[in-house]
Parts: sequence; C-alpha cells; structure tokens
Amino acid sequence: MKELSFDSVVIGGGAAGMAAALELEAAGKSVAVIEREERLGGILTQCVHNGFGLIEFNEELTGPEFAERFEEKLAGRPIQAFCGCTVLELDAAGIEKVVTCVSPKQGVMRLSCRVVILAMGCRERNRGNIRIPGSRPAGIFTAGLAQRLVNVEGYVPGKECVIIGSGDIGLIMARRMSWIGCKVHAVIEIMPYPSGLTRNIVQCLKDFGIPLYLSHLTTDIFGRDRVEGIEVAPIENGALMTEKAFKIPCDTVLLSVGLVPENELSRMAGVSINPMTNGPWVDSYLMTSLSGVFACGNVLHVHDLVDFVVEESRRAGRFAAAWLGGSRPVRELRVKAGSNVRYVAPSRVEPGRDNKLYLRSMIVKNDALLEVKQGGKLLRSQKKNHVQPSEMLTLELGEKELGAASGMPDASLEVSIQ
Amino acid sequence: MRQELTCITCPMGCHLTIERPDGGAEGEMAVTGNRCPRGAAYAREELLAPKRTVTATCRIHRGGAGASFETSGGPRRVPCRTRAPFPKERVNELLAAIYKLEVNLPVERGAVLIKDALGLGIDVVATRTLH
Repeated sequence: MKELSFDSVVIGGGAAGMAAALELEAAGKSVAVIEREERLGGILTQCVHNGFGLIEFNEELTGPEFAERFEEKLAGRPIQAFCGCTVLELDAAGIEKVVTCVSPKQGVMRLSCRVVILAMGCRERNRGNIRIPGSRPAGIFTAGLAQRLVNVEGYVPGKECVIIGSGDIGLIMARRMSWIGCKVHAVIEIMPYPSGLTRNIVQCLKDFGIPLYLSHLTTDIFGRDRVEGIEVAPIENGALMTEKAFKIPCDTVLLSVGLVPENELSRMAGVSINPMTNGPWVDSYLMTSLSGVFACGNVLHVHDLVDFVVEESRRAGRFAAAWLGGSRPVRELRVKAGSNVRYVAPSRVEPGRDNKLYLRSMIVKNDALLEVKQGGKLLRSQKKNHVQPSEMLTLELGEKELGAASGMPDASLEVSIQ
Repeated sequence: MRQELTCITCPMGCHLTIERPDGGAEGEMAVTGNRCPRGAAYAREELLAPKRTVTATCRIHRGGAGASFETSGGPRRVPCRTRAPFPKERVNELLAAIYKLEVNLPVERGAVLIKDALGLGIDVVATRTLH
C-alpha cells in the first residue's frame, strides 16, 4: 500500500476543490486533490449550456469551459491530483488525519495530512425522496442523470417527456430535450411559484411553448415495462383537487426536485451536520466540528452559481492555510437564521475582520429589508430589490457593524428578512 | 399593438409592456414596466431580432483517435457553442448542421467546428479539450 504525506488533502476535484487547492498551494502548502471521475471539473463538465463565470471571469461561459480554465490553473502548479480515485475512509479525529482511497492506477493509498477540505458537492433528490406513488417502470430519471446521458454519454433517454419539479436543472433539460428533437409535454411544480430562475423559465420553457403547471402535484405514474404517462392534480387553497386530476401521456419522466449535499463521508468521520442545509456546521473559518476539517461549495450548502462556490472555496483554502500556520479565530459570534431566513452559512463570524455570509430567503418579495440584529438592537439594515428562495443572498459584516456587538453579553446575531 | 414580455437580463424579471403602432417604425416602440434601461433594450431586441446563444454536443468520429477514448469510458460527445448569440428563428437549422458533424480527436477548446454558420457570420466552437 502506498503511503503519502501532504499538508492538506482536498476531497473532490470540482469547482470547489480546485479553487480551495489553488489557495492552499499559493500559501505554500503541499496539496493533494482526490477526484473520483477520470478528469477534474465535477458536474461542470456535463453542464454544456452557458451562464457560468459572469462574476469569476466577467464573461458567459459554458460549464466545460469554466472547468477547463481552472484545470489549466492547477496544471501549472505543483498540486498532486489523483483522478479516478475514490475515498473509502476519512479518519479525522486526531491532529494527523488519514484519507484512505483507491484507484485502478494507484491501488489503495493512505494519505496523511493535517488539513482536510471537504468539497464533494451534492447529489439529486430522487423519486424515493419525494414519494411519488405509482408503478416502477423504466423511463424515470433525475434531470442531472439525463443531462449526463445526453451531453456526455450520447444517449437519448426518451422521446416524449414530462418534467417534475421546476428546478434549474429541469428547466435546462427541458430546452436540451427539445433541442435534441424530443417533445417536452409539461413541467409540473408543486409550489405556486417556479423554483428555477425567471430567465430559465423564459429561455427554456416559453421559447418552446412548454406549459408550466404551478400548484400541481403528480399523483400517479403509469406503465408496466416503460412509463406510459402520469396523473396530475391541481392544489387549490392548500387542498388537492383529485376530481380535477388529468393524465399526460409520456414515455419519460425527469425529476428536478432539489439537491442534497453529499455528506456520507463527513458523517462517517464524525462531522456535525446542520439539518437546515444538510451540510456541516462551520465556524467563521469554514471549519467543521472536527478541528482541521474544512468544508466549502455544494457539500456545505447548495449554491445557485458556480461563481459563488469558487468565492467561498477560495476563502476556505485561505483559512485552512492560515490555520496550518497557527492562526485561530480570536472570538466568534454565533449567527442565527431569523424570520423568513432558511439558513445562514457560516454560522459564526469573527468581529475583528470582514466576514462574508451566504443566506437563503424563505419568501418571495420585492423591496425587502435584510436586517442583522443583536438582542433586538439593529446593527445593519440592507435594502434588497427582490428576494426569492431560489436566489441566494450575500451579506458582508465587518468591524464597523460587529465592533459594537462584541462587547454585548449575548454573543449571537440574528439575520432576518422583512 | 400591445405585447407583454418578462425581462431576462437580470434576476429581477421585470414585466414589460410594449406598445407600438401597427406598421410603425422601430423608434416608436414604447416600453413600460422596466426598472432599468436594459429592460427597454432587451424588449427592442427580443421583438425585432431575438437571439439565443446555442449550446449543443456533436459526435466524435469513430475509428479515429477517438476509438480508444470511447472504450475507456470517456466522453462520447464534444460539447460546442455559438461564439455569439444566434438569430432565434434559424436555431433549428443550426442544430441540424451541428448534429451532422463528426469531430476528429484531439480537439482543443475554442477550435472552430463550423465557420460562419449558415452564412450569418457566427462560428460554432468546441467548449472542451478532448484527447
């Protein structure tokens, strides 16, 4: 068995892992990146549509272009990337951590290090997660799996589609399926508003005349060997109107019903998970409950834009490098999600410096107010032209706002939307 | 004539109302509901000459250097895009041309796959390097 030693090991070679690794290397730390696919890039490589990189590169790139630009940055640096390599076990309880992984090329390897960055990304919710009744024929795919089949493997998953859930991947797949010559009959959304971005509703549905059924629930899937259709019923004033149910014939169902951070490895290692994000609880250094284990990107909380993932992961890489150098948060304040806020990440800030937080609204509203309070005292109020659950919000808190707060006995902040 | 649009320039998604006299000139278009000037510009382009950036994938030529790649479980399609937004009404024609392509490996990101597509002055380029 091969035994290697690094200052830091990054688990996951997508946008988050690559961005964190670059920062660690730039700070003079030795870095290994472990990626289970044959090539770096993560989910970006199957997202062949455009819309990535407006913040990071100031231009609109496709997923593969974005990934490759980062891959090239890594290639020029002494960063050891192990591709086609799966992590089997993470032992992170002690000061010296051991990552056990396996690949066809290297066999079983044990990498020891003092810092681990979790950057495993997220995976899709499936039919079992949302309990759609009906039979279990062939032809039911998650939207991301269908995306991989079409864009990478070169297969067409079906001809007559219905998409359940109006998440962005589902909307993007509505356009992709239409562009490869399939017919998309409908998109079904349980909520009264779409969960994807407005521009995707316009570009991916309206352009193709695809109807969007809001406040509708899928009540049945028919078919013996292959999907033959689904049954849909409207929800009116909170009640399911079964007498108004109707059938939509189709041979393929794509599910776009949300993403879940992929934390099996984190859980195995003993990292505490925040039930609101399904990602680790992290402090102001983006460090998890295990000392020396950091988390960033979609494994921490699901982001809408890769540009945000990269920004957060750079911070994680810089904090991890500083931590290796002996730096620790001096004093932290807890940050709680208040009214109309689903979560805030990270859940701690350090008063003596600038802190960046990401949060998600629970409401749709124009001209909203984002407020930060401590024990009823308003520290910061920020106007937001428009808030909605599918658009992540950012909040910056510096010494100016937090200087006064640190002297107070109740050391917790509350972030709310009015 | 009165038309309604949702602006897709930014996440605000303004609901635009456009009034133009029947058979009137371009300049006579009146846009309301936009919260910034980009909304008016978007409405103008969307009604007069709508464009979309087209992204797709094309076949890898079998029997070439790509054959070994395919058996190794690597990608079986080369992703590509138009270098600039493409007139919307010609998108289906463009897609048909892209699907006819068979690309020889290796291909570099940015390599031109179709020069001056449909004679409209816009190139289709590869978006991923594959060896």
